[in-house]
Amino acid sequence: MSEPVIITPEEQKARKRRNLWLALSILAFVLLVFFITIAKIRGGGEIPL
Amino acid sequence: MADVTASHVRPTSASDYLALLKPRVMSLVVFTGLVGYVAAPGAGDPVLGFAAILAIAVAAGAAGALNMWFDADIDAVMTRTRTRPIPAGRVDREEALMLGLTLSALSVVTMQIAAGPLAAGLLAFTIFFYAVVYTMWLKRSTPQNIVIGGLSGALPPAIAWAAKTGALSLDPILLVAIIFFWTPPHFWSLSLLQKADYAAAKVPMLPVTNGPASTRAHVFFYSLLLAPLAFAPVLTGLAGAIYGAFAALGGVFFVFLAWRVWRSKAGEGDKAQDKPARDMFGFSILYLFTLFAALLAERVFA
Repeated sequence: MSEPVIITPEEQKARKRRNLWLALSILAFVLLVFFITIAKIRGGGEIPL
Repeated sequence: MADVTASHVRPTSASDYLALLKPRVMSLVVFTGLVGYVAAPGAGDPVLGFAAILAIAVAAGAAGALNMWFDADIDAVMTRTRTRPIPAGRVDREEALMLGLTLSALSVVTMQIAAGPLAAGLLAFTIFFYAVVYTMWLKRSTPQNIVIGGLSGALPPAIAWAAKTGALSLDPILLVAIIFFWTPPHFWSLSLLQKADYAAAKVPMLPVTNGPASTRAHVFFYSLLLAPLAFAPVLTGLAGAIYGAFAALGGVFFVFLAWRVWRSKAGEGDKAQDKPARDMFGFSILYLFTLFAALLAERVFA
């Protein structure tokens, strides 16, 4: 049986901050793909997938 | 001295993951990639251009993370690298591996969507070349490691060129060749200053395997190849008079500094004798930056 891991308030805060950065990164990627798609449609090009 | 025992390590922050991506290397490839994009013929689309440069930057970061995952043992021994997130105990090796693989995939997919198969293929090749061919194989096996491995750091202008035009030509290959032949004198000057570190980490850098005198001669020899090569974009019409002036003056000074390194006792263990190698290392960065900045300026202000 493994002991449950108890994290300190400091570690909890750090984890929240890391997760926030991760969420922002994913959002940025979604927006990037959106704007690439718009640029491709406007340029009349195909999306080579 | 920082205490790196588990109980005293501060909680991991996003900046530790950012450090895995080697931000300084990223900034260099963003710059050379941007110049490659702007110098390529055609108008280009700002959004697609931005996406292509971003993909190059993220791919460089991914390759950096994979390098730190594999080289954690070397990094822990060398003074220059022992504060990196893995040897300092702030990030697990497996996390670096996963981050590297994830960002590799995302960057190549982004490049494919934004720019098509040639640029995406070149980008994937660059990551593979740096992470597998250089890091896993060449770095630990041959003193020519940084010569051949330098190809991955040299490719970004050609990737950006391919992203804009969908093709390659002599001009982007010249830009790649300039960075390729710049890397050995740049890196060997640094390695002359850090010979003991490389020896301790058992990395077969040229000063360790062939000695400082041979390394200094190599620095000079490569500078003789680089200086005329850097002038070639003027002959093909890629670059103009401003670039030509910087290439000529900078090239002469580059060869002069390399000659000083060759005649010096740099890397012999006496720190007082290392100045020519330090000067060469410092100027080499300014030289490459100036060449590409001149090319950029000629396009932007044309």
